[in-house]
Amino acid sequence: MIAITTRKIAFVVSCLCFAAVLLAGVRDHVAAPSDAPSQTIISNAPLHPVIIRPGPETPRILTTQTNYAGEIARASCSSCHTTTTPNRNTASSAQLLKFHQGMTYAHGNQSCLNCHNETDYDSLRLANGSSLPYADVMKLCGQCHGPQLRDYEMGLHGGMNGYWDRTRGPRTRNNCVDCHDPHNPAYPVVQPVLPPKDRIAVPRKSEHGSVKLCEKTAASICNVLSSLHPTLFA
Amino acid sequence: MNTETAPLESRDWTRRDALKGIGATLGVAAFAKALAPLTEWTQDLSVDQFLQKHYKELSPMDLAIVLARLEKETKEQYGADVSIKDYKAQPGVKFGYALNLSICIGCRKCAEACHIENNHDRPSAQSYIRVFEMQKGSLDMEKGNAHYDHPVPQKDKFYMPVQCHHCDHPPCVSVCPVEATWKEPDGIVVVDYNWCIGCRYCEAACPYHARRFNWTKPQIPAEEINPDQSYLSNRIRPQGVMEKCTFCLHRTRNGKLPACLEACPTGARVFGNLLDPNSEIRKVLAEKRVFVLKEELGLKPNFFYFFDV
Ligand code: HEC
Ligand code: HEC
Ligand code: HEC
Ligand code: HEC
Repeated sequence: MIAITTRKIAFVVSCLCFAAVLLAGVRDHVAAPSDAPSQTIISNAPLHPVIIRPGPETPRILTTQTNYAGEIARASCSSCHTTTTPNRNTASSAQLLKFHQGMTYAHGNQSCLNCHNETDYDSLRLANGSSLPYADVMKLCGQCHGPQLRDYEMGLHGGMNGYWDRTRGPRTRNNCVDCHDPHNPAYPVVQPVLPPKDRIAVPRKSEHGSVKLCEKTAASICNVLSSLHPTLFA
Repeated sequence: MNTETAPLESRDWTRRDALKGIGATLGVAAFAKALAPLTEWTQDLSVDQFLQKHYKELSPMDLAIVLARLEKETKEQYGADVSIKDYKAQPGVKFGYALNLSICIGCRKCAEACHIENNHDRPSAQSYIRVFEMQKGSLDMEKGNAHYDHPVPQKDKFYMPVQCHHCDHPPCVSVCPVEATWKEPDGIVVVDYNWCIGCRYCEAACPYHARRFNWTKPQIPAEEINPDQSYLSNRIRPQGVMEKCTFCLHRTRNGKLPACLEACPTGARVFGNLLDPNSEIRKVLAEKRVFVLKEELGLKPNFFYFFDV
């Protein structure tokens, strides 16, 4: 109790003279000359690699059959699609009535066959019709999303892990599809972590048996303080 | 109040001198009261701790002794085996940070990573990062809400994490009456937690609300303590001192990315060496229309924001 009171007085005192200090400090700094030109050091040390996480494996469809080992058999896409007629008009999941029902699809109402390769369903296709392995999917994304691929290549989109200084260690980078589901690419909505507890780590009656910061201060002083420091006063 | 900051070396400077300086302006009675918290805290200080010199005046030998003592105290008080090192700034490096506001979704994973990496007090969920939920169209952080707790992102909102901007003209440094906080050669603004007297002027001086005060002795279960610590960054702070983001200098001075960047699931954060023209941070400055918060104050922050347009 005593403790919080003395500290509080110290705080009041410091607040009263801080304003003057701050104003003086800021004025000095605005007038301060700008920095000397910064030197540039380019290192020639060998660089550690940047490892980009590979794209997905060639997808397969789970079947109702089991194989000799008792595992659920997985059918390749082409096992059916060599016999079906490719349908360029399919551009939404609602159009899928015979198979693949219920998939979430929200990627700009474009035809499935903008990405899937109608001549080989076990691969993707680029805009010029050439076949592309699933592992290289980023190249496909980049064909329609040039600015994002360009930013990604500069390290400004898609994040990274490891070392900023590649003379000291390697770096890992995400694949576009680690963050964007190719069928529903909008980044998902999430619940934020680290929910706010107290506004600041001020001891409270309930926790430490001490009083709240404002409880015993004259109301007028408290008002002034809390308007100066809204974040400090719950 | 004396705001001139002559270089530390050029003065025969003691903590007592500084306090005398305050006393002269505040008057004796106020001074005694202002000091009261200090005497209260000194009860918890060991003699070695009280007599310890300012970080910049410690010889390599002194420093080794201090680090060993701090490791021992952490073991005694928290039951954790930690390593406390002192990492120096690398020549040719000045750190800069940028954040893409078109990408950030406000998930607060950065704030959480900071909380864990920097051994923050658990009960108060302390972190050096505050994420503001902002109304689209406004860039005034004072109007932001840092206490949201609903699914994100909301349609009409954007999210703005704010931490220390490591200004070139840091007002927090110039108001410190005892020079317990200063700017390092790589641009990082640090605090000597053993020199800080807890007056909180710096907290008040920071227009980004980036400094935190340890109202209580930090509580962290031994098994949650990050053992990779450094003197100027994430070692567990004593009660009654200021602390702030150090760009995770125990990581970044070893070439690694800061914890908040690695934790960001959206890739909104870009960090690097402003003096290297090929760095990602320099590419942001070259390619994007960046801005800084409260530019009119002239503090020259090294933390930049941008939107994809
Ligand atoms: C069991 C058989 C079967 C398998 C296996 C199968 N599909 Fe299909 N797929 C179909 C049928 C049938 C349709 C037509 C659905 C409709 O139009 O109602 C279809 C439609 C499609 C379409 C829409 C365009 C079109 O040509 O109709 C795409 C794209 C597609 N499948 C991709 C795949 C991929 C990729 C795989 C592998 C992961 C795969 N399919 C595996 C039976 C199959
Ligand atoms: C933007 C490109 C793109 C478009 C458009 C697209 N796909 Fe895909 N699709 C992919 C990629 C990439 C994969 C591999 C994903 C993986 O395995 O993570 C895939 C996987 C699949 C699979 C197998 C795995 C799964 O998710 O079930 C099926 C089936 C499929 N797509 C069907 C379709 C259908 C039907 C459409 C149209 C309604 C469509 N795709 C549109 C890129 C696309
Ligand atoms: C054939 C062109 C094409 C390809 C290939 C393509 N996209 Fe798209 N993408 C689009 C279109 C069209 C839109 C919708 C734009 C709109 O709604 O304004 C879109 C939208 C998006 C969006 C924004 C979604 C939202 O709702 O905010 C993301 C993210 C995205 N794509 C990621 C990807 C990724 C990742 C890939 C690679 C797997 C990819 N795209 C491949 C055409 C393409
Ligand atoms: C670390 C996760 C991550 C990675 C990896 C990533 N993105 Fe994104 N991307 C995001 C987030 C987050 C957004 C913004 C939220 C949103 O609009 O959904 C976004 C937005 C986008 C948009 C929409 C832009 C707009 O204006 O609406 C496109 C298109 C896109 N990304 C494409 C890509 C492509 C192409 C790649 C690979 C080169 C990629 N992304 C890699 C996280 C990522």
